[in-house]
Amino acid sequence: MSLTNAEKKNRSNRLGQAFALKRKYLAIPYALFLVLFVIIPLLLIIGYAFTDTTYTDLGEKVTTFSFSAIVGFFTNAAKWSVLFVSLFVGIQTTIICLLLAYPAAYFLAEKKFNVNKVLVILFIMPMWINFVIRTGATRDLLTWMGLSGSTHPWGATIIGMVYNYLPFTILPLYTTMLKLDHSQMEAASDLGANPSQVFWKNVIPQSLPGIISACEMVFMPVMSSYVISDTLSEGKITLFGNYIYLAFSNSLWNEGSVMALIMLLIIGITMFATRNVEKDPQGARGAGLW
Amino acid sequence: MVNEKTDNLSKTPLDTSMNTSSSEVVVTKAPTPKQLKAASKPRKSHLLAKQIFAQCYIWVLLILMYLPVLLLMIYSFTNSTNLGTWNGFTFDLYVSLFHDSDVQIAVGNTVIIAVTAALLSTVIGTLGAVGVFESKPWFKKTLEFSTQIPVVNPEIVIALSLIVMFVFIGSWSGGVRLSYWTLLAGHLVLCTPFVYLSVKPKLIQMDPSLYEAALDLGCTPRQALRKVIFPEILPGILGGFLIAITLSLDDFIVTAFTRGPGLLSGNSDIETISTYVEGIIKKHPLPPELRALATLIFVLVLALVIGMTIYQNVKAKQGKKRKGRQY
Repeated sequence: MSLTNAEKKNRSNRLGQAFALKRKYLAIPYALFLVLFVIIPLLLIIGYAFTDTTYTDLGEKVTTFSFSAIVGFFTNAAKWSVLFVSLFVGIQTTIICLLLAYPAAYFLAEKKFNVNKVLVILFIMPMWINFVIRTGATRDLLTWMGLSGSTHPWGATIIGMVYNYLPFTILPLYTTMLKLDHSQMEAASDLGANPSQVFWKNVIPQSLPGIISACEMVFMPVMSSYVISDTLSEGKITLFGNYIYLAFSNSLWNEGSVMALIMLLIIGITMFATRNVEKDPQGARGAGLW
Repeated sequence: MVNEKTDNLSKTPLDTSMNTSSSEVVVTKAPTPKQLKAASKPRKSHLLAKQIFAQCYIWVLLILMYLPVLLLMIYSFTNSTNLGTWNGFTFDLYVSLFHDSDVQIAVGNTVIIAVTAALLSTVIGTLGAVGVFESKPWFKKTLEFSTQIPVVNPEIVIALSLIVMFVFIGSWSGGVRLSYWTLLAGHLVLCTPFVYLSVKPKLIQMDPSLYEAALDLGCTPRQALRKVIFPEILPGILGGFLIAITLSLDDFIVTAFTRGPGLLSGNSDIETISTYVEGIIKKHPLPPELRALATLIFVLVLALVIGMTIYQNVKAKQGKKRKGRQY
């Protein structure tokens, strides 16, 4: 009896080992999926950015290695302006969002003020209405108030962007504010720092991770947005997103790939510059709303 | 004890716990010196002003943020074509919403896509997280890095890279054939990494000896996986599923790039709520029926949020009771 038990146990252990080996096979669908739909498409983007497609007289497609798409981007003033307009809209929206969200996050993180976190949920809730409908509503509201995209394309676009991305700014800031060490602030003021010194030399450094992830959550999506800028400026402001969309609808794969590659480069640079800051990847694209 | 006292203190109007460390005062039980009282008097009014400012700031911001949504909701009960003209209270828009087949098709498509994409991505992402957790370091690192790519990439880059791949494949097999399946692939790229990231922390938090204990007590590995690991990581799986649903519901760009004919749209390109509305608002104001739709969505979300809050509160209370019994 005891022998069979021992045997059984032995067997189950061996099975366990075999399965422990097998358990990692569970990741195979995920790995295949990533290779097929993430890695290969990105490699193709790089490939398309460095090739040129021409048609022979017989209508045959010829793909050749060339820098013409990249050179074409950097020698075209209109495309440079797309880059600068995108950067400018991105920076402006990020700053406005930060200025509005920082005090809000600070107040929300005070526990006696924000009972049951209901207020935080209130800030997030509009996000669950489809964002295209919300953009349309914002546009109609602005038009009603006399601030339509045809007369004030820039202002309308920035307002629309801030509307959409403010919750994404508040959330990461709020998360870091919850962890603020208040005794440090008290110590600073006890040691003679005036309120503005406490703020600049203690509160801001303490909340820096939140500020950086808020910037990342706003800046890149704004630069690459399509619907908001297209709807609110009534097609007058062209951002990276609009330009890639244009390339897509005209099947200009090489040009579109160059734009996408430049976006990837900008992302890479920001990721590299902020690599030492502790971040919460879950927050991206509003996934932290849950 | 200490915490209770500070809590009591903070409820009294003489609240100074923000600037003076009241908890220390309680701990040392030092009688408050006169100087401190004198110092706290101007602070009291200062604090009150700060409280009022905080309240005003938050509520003004909230009202501004809700303005478009509130307007939609208010004007969903009148039948004017333009926002801002009130034609009297009526449910006309809700009635016409239920007769508008275009909207119904868009809503149906959106729900089908969201549910299938969320289910599939939850399965792939969960299996991936469980599997990667047991894998060799190099494999783990590579997969972690690849998971980050779609997370940090803007949606439009994901969308473009996918369509470029479909076009590339199409150029070898005679023309691109976009369909529901290419659209589903796009949504999976959007959702699956977030499911993976939602399950992973639960695996890290899990006590590894639980699995071994289950094996020692006679579970087969498969049983242990189902009865021990699965319940432990279930909150992460559910969280990932919810994230996936919301990401898919709200998506415009990936849908617009990768969609083909199919689903309820029949032989024309698949319309979701996002693509349908975008097509209209490009040239025209928001159609009146969509105000009713937005209101219904908002009410649904509100009900969900309230339900979840109540559920969490009940659960927290049960947890407290259980703890109480132990002592």
